[in-house]
Amino acid sequence: MLKWFKNAKKENRTDYLTYLGVVLAFIIIAILNNAGLLPRSRAGQLVPICCYIVMAVSLNLTVGILGELSLGHAGFMSVGAFSGVIASQALAASIPSAPLRLLIAMVVGALFAAVAGFIIGMPVLRLHGDYLAIVTLAFGEIIKEIINCLIVGSDANGLHVIFNVKGLKTAEDLNLLEGGKIIIKGAQGAAGTETISSFTAGFILVMITLIIVLNLVRSRSGRAIMALRDNRIAAESVGINVTEYKMMGFVTSATLAGAAGALYGLNYSNLLATKFDFNTSILVLVFVVLGGLGNIWGSIIAATVLTILPEALRGFDSYRMLVYAIVLILVMLGTNNEKLKIFFAGLAKKAKKAKKGGA
Amino acid sequence: MEFLSYLISGISLGSVYAIIALGYTMVYGIAKMLNFAHGDVIMVGGYLSYYAMFSFGLPWFVALPASMIVCACIGMLIERLAYKPLRQAPSLAVLITAIGVSYFLQNSALLIFGANPKTYSNPFQSVNPDGSINAGISLFGGQLTITYVSIVTIISCIIIMLALNFFTSKTKMGKAMRACSEDKGAAQLMGINVNRTISITFAIGSALAAVAGVLLCSSYTLIQPTTGSMPGIRAFTAAVFGGIGSIPGAFLGGLLIGIIESLAKAYISTQLSNSIVFAVLIIVLLVRPAGLLGKYVPEKV
Repeated sequence: MLKWFKNAKKENRTDYLTYLGVVLAFIIIAILNNAGLLPRSRAGQLVPICCYIVMAVSLNLTVGILGELSLGHAGFMSVGAFSGVIASQALAASIPSAPLRLLIAMVVGALFAAVAGFIIGMPVLRLHGDYLAIVTLAFGEIIKEIINCLIVGSDANGLHVIFNVKGLKTAEDLNLLEGGKIIIKGAQGAAGTETISSFTAGFILVMITLIIVLNLVRSRSGRAIMALRDNRIAAESVGINVTEYKMMGFVTSATLAGAAGALYGLNYSNLLATKFDFNTSILVLVFVVLGGLGNIWGSIIAATVLTILPEALRGFDSYRMLVYAIVLILVMLGTNNEKLKIFFAGLAKKAKKAKKGGA
Repeated sequence: MEFLSYLISGISLGSVYAIIALGYTMVYGIAKMLNFAHGDVIMVGGYLSYYAMFSFGLPWFVALPASMIVCACIGMLIERLAYKPLRQAPSLAVLITAIGVSYFLQNSALLIFGANPKTYSNPFQSVNPDGSINAGISLFGGQLTITYVSIVTIISCIIIMLALNFFTSKTKMGKAMRACSEDKGAAQLMGINVNRTISITFAIGSALAAVAGVLLCSSYTLIQPTTGSMPGIRAFTAAVFGGIGSIPGAFLGGLLIGIIESLAKAYISTQLSNSIVFAVLIIVLLVRPAGLLGKYVPEKV
């Protein structure tokens, strides 16, 4: 076993260690949680942490691997969350088993997000750079406004949907039969959702995400995607289909975000569309940038730490976004400016020397 | 008559967008970067003028230049500290930094000025002898009111556009800017100080943002830390719509976006007004990626 591990390629070793780390972390946390050793506030954060890990890893696929900045990642999460909530609530009567319903909700969320990703990707991926970023931002806003206009309910006849353009209709206009329930109330969002998300489901989703993303990155398609990132013109000239591979990366990323959204949506009984705004997209971007562009396990750690920290440091809360902003600027300056890079490399050398000298 | 009043408010809103879009367009033209923080400089300008007018009691014609100067300095400072070290970096890094700067300004404002919106009383109105407020000119027996803010906005937008056009085509600095936006290396060889030119572009753009801040807050009569972000993005849409890098394009794009937004709010849906504006952006980028008045530059391989 060890010999096999030693002989494996360096990238593969990193991947196996990533899987192993996540599995170990899950086992330890699950044991602690079952023994009741985790404080309640921590235990409540387990599912959101899993969601944010999946969000960060999937955004890393777009930003770090595909090399295009998407500022509407929360939009896909939103699509997944609300379609997942609708699926779960509408099927509550016919499928009593919560885990099965959660699975269906996540698949539905992922599918809807994939469709949204495809629709958005068609126009967006013809652009690149700053234009692509601003258009994804625009799509995030459009998704938010559209969900704010939705009124959805279900009864014995099935789903009832109203698209409330003028803002004059209410849930009364659904004309639900007796026993029917309202699932989404326009700008008031989803209310009264049965919370069926679990940490185990979150862990499984994280593992699936890692398997999909890491295998994609190490595959032929992944290499094509990275070639597009490094030099689009050169990649195009050796016959790589730009649209196809960009779409592959973008839709995969959207799909995973949708599944994470469904898990997130079913973790809270009340959910507003404004939860998934530009700020959330930026938050996920901070995870990705801090963890390192293209570095999958970096994203996992950054997402975990930055979700726990603000809760742990209550007094720090009002400065949180300010610190995130400074982190974004400093990481970008530190990794992209030649002078600063040399400065940091020098610091690292000195530190090493001091260590050796001391020992 | 109703249509006319929506149209006028659209033109006035569009003029503000045009002023903001001019800042985006100039910076994009010369530094080839989307200055995400531009929208937040608007907010800073708004707050500066708010304190100048309502805490220190200065008249608007003193407060406006003061906040323009401070914003110009802030713009140059941002450029020097955050963007200049990244001149050679990939555009993704610059864009993420710009988002960071935007967030930094927004959250600093949140900590300094507080999250609650402040009432920004409109400086462009007079009080009648009987105590009522005279905010505009009444036409057609009171059926149509054009506020003084709208008039000031539209006139200042036209003046700014003409002045900038003159500046970029006739003055030495303006010509240097155009040279830098064509080819930085060649401009440097011709003895143009590229760094100083970029700094001055940022200063002008940020000073314009301060003007836009005063006009925007006067017509909305509210100011809060997020005041600048949405108008900033809409103005960027306007700059792209008109053709980024083109000054008349920014003007035209701003007006059109303002009118579209105003009419969409009136006749289609208030809730979906952003979506409609952004849908326009997406369609424009697909049909005419260079914008209405921009010129298409083929990619060199």
